[in-house]
Amino acid sequence: MTRTYRRMTRAAALLAAGALTVGLAACAQGAEPQSNLSEAGAEGVDDGSTLTLWTRAPLEKQANLLVDAYNASHENQVELTVVPNDDYVAKVGAAAGSGGLPDLFAADIVYVPNWVEQGLFQDITANIDGLDFKDEINKGHLSAGTLDGEEYVLPFVLDLSMMFWNKELATEAGLDAEAGPANLEEYAEWAKAIQALNKPDTYGTATGLNCGGCLVFTWFPSVWADGEEVLSDDGTESLLASDTAKDVYATWKDLWDSGAVLPSSQDEAGPTWTAGFTEGKVGIQFYPATLLSSTPFDAGVAGIPGPKGGGSTFVGGDGIGISKDSKKAAQAWNFLNWLMSEDAQVQVLAKNNDVVSRADLANNEYSEKDPRLITINEVAGNGDTPVAINFQQAFNAPSSPWLTLVRNAVLGDGESVDADNDEITAVLSQ
Amino acid sequence: MTATLPADTTAAASGPKRRRPGRRGAITGWLYALPTALFVLLLFALPLLLVLQMSGSDWPLLGGNQGWNFPENYQDAVSNRFFWDSVWFTLKYTILTTIILLALSLGLALLVQESTRWKGLLRTSFLVPSALGLASASLLFYVLYSPIAGPFAGLMKAWGFTFLGTPDGALWSTIFLIVWRYAGFYMLLMLVGLQGIPDDVYEAARIDGASRWQTFRSVTIPLLRPTLALTTVLCVTGSLLAFEQFYILTKGGPDNSTITIVQLIYSVAFQGQNDLGVAGALSVIVLLALIVINIAQIRAFNRKAED
Repeated sequence: MTRTYRRMTRAAALLAAGALTVGLAACAQGAEPQSNLSEAGAEGVDDGSTLTLWTRAPLEKQANLLVDAYNASHENQVELTVVPNDDYVAKVGAAAGSGGLPDLFAADIVYVPNWVEQGLFQDITANIDGLDFKDEINKGHLSAGTLDGEEYVLPFVLDLSMMFWNKELATEAGLDAEAGPANLEEYAEWAKAIQALNKPDTYGTATGLNCGGCLVFTWFPSVWADGEEVLSDDGTESLLASDTAKDVYATWKDLWDSGAVLPSSQDEAGPTWTAGFTEGKVGIQFYPATLLSSTPFDAGVAGIPGPKGGGSTFVGGDGIGISKDSKKAAQAWNFLNWLMSEDAQVQVLAKNNDVVSRADLANNEYSEKDPRLITINEVAGNGDTPVAINFQQAFNAPSSPWLTLVRNAVLGDGESVDADNDEITAVLSQ
Repeated sequence: MTATLPADTTAAASGPKRRRPGRRGAITGWLYALPTALFVLLLFALPLLLVLQMSGSDWPLLGGNQGWNFPENYQDAVSNRFFWDSVWFTLKYTILTTIILLALSLGLALLVQESTRWKGLLRTSFLVPSALGLASASLLFYVLYSPIAGPFAGLMKAWGFTFLGTPDGALWSTIFLIVWRYAGFYMLLMLVGLQGIPDDVYEAARIDGASRWQTFRSVTIPLLRPTLALTTVLCVTGSLLAFEQFYILTKGGPDNSTITIVQLIYSVAFQGQNDLGVAGALSVIVLLALIVINIAQIRAFNRKAED
């Protein structure tokens, strides 16, 4: 009995010591400075706090560069977590439900309207309004993060869709490799001419016909280039059965039927949709501008043309904001304020051939060395970012009605565009 | 004075003296069971209760629990535009996979049962794919089937076909992967069952003049019934819950032709609607269907055994 009592006492003492240790550790964690945006001032607070930041894998390179540069020049330190693209929504959702979001997190810009409406970001209107260069910040990203006049999100990294062509293949096919196609019809002619070279494993063009996200990224700009819209202003109606949109599908159907499209495009669900062009096996393609620096040959670059010409781009990439759960909003604003600065935009992003988020910095010391960067920066100003609450379900999901529309229009008989467009509207208006 | 003795006294009088577990013994027993009980509670009972709550609640992925809305989630679940297609596809996939896997694994087991020089090598080579994780195996086949990077890319181009490019191609390509991955494992189960059949029975059949086919039909199959029941239940349950192979190989395509019911649940929860409530309702429907199907299978096998 006495021995049992002694054992129990010892166990209780151990438990109490453990609890005390955990409690002290919790107190120590809780002792970190907490702040809110009203204390942030113009530049935020740089007091050596540790900030957490989540981003998705496609932007890992840019996020690492930005975080390293910030950590090297500030007392605050940002801890970056890179999440696989397919898991990002689930991870954010789980964290949002349990109050465990990081201080800062980036979101695919097409999801931003939904996430803002769900209240995942803190209101940073006053802080953004305090920026001298507010009017120069990319408008597509700002409007995607605006709800009822309040602003919640700034651009993190812009990813634009552009028309890229392999100059060597174009020249071989007798095309003017410096000028590029002027409209979608010429684009198709280029693709067929390069296909006609009959080089082994080389194709005219490629796309992701089983990848909703790839298709909105690269085909919407053809509609915008002709001055048309793809969605109603409130994002609840699909306008993708317009004559211009049907011209776009018809051009791609003609390209597919002629055999000028990389055959694996039919099943391409996203992971390798740019691989063919990067490997020099595809002559011309609508392609992400972020891959300019990793394109190992001389490529021409221009905005994506519509059936009648022009040039536009899908201003994609990620927006970033301060999470609803952050207790260090003033410190987080310090990171966002720096992110918009010339130091970050030019000395980090532009220096690494990425697109800047501020129009006034489009011409910079790095873009001057490569005129293609100036082209990309200029087209960014004419591009668009569609805003819809149910964008993911209508367009990006593997079973989206948009994917059904495109596959029926290009791989099928092309007769069901109107009915398929109604399905998209039905999802958007839910 | 009492007419009857107390029960424990009677027991003590009628047999060897048995110590009745005291209070202390009962507590010790509970303490032994506690870790397992906690495990079951945390990893099975609580998630199940959470899914039941989710299935009856308005629960968007990003918004948390918004309150009770039973039975709307169930109505939304069955009216989802892919629900019946995914049910039909899952059943079709399950039937095909089960028939092929059972037949093949029984054949392999009979092949390696005989004592031959190559028995060890054959058993090992059939079993090796089972050691590979399903996701890894799916990635391996994704590359094998790739029209860009795969070893058959040249053939595919020359003959103008793709493994995953048509609904039937995607289905059979995935079934091939699953058969490759699981045939060895089920062969092992069958082998254990076959080895449990006494030699005397075969000897008796031989003396009675039964042919090999008659022996197989009248001796092997009936005596293998418990093993067949186990493998069928495992195979049917695994196929009805198919996810990784389709998620990696086809993503539900082409043209939404390979969406399984579990893939639909994942899609509703995390890819499209971001609606945990409807996903929870779908999960409960699948759980109930699995229970019914498993009970039916076990009853069918038991009835045959009684016959």
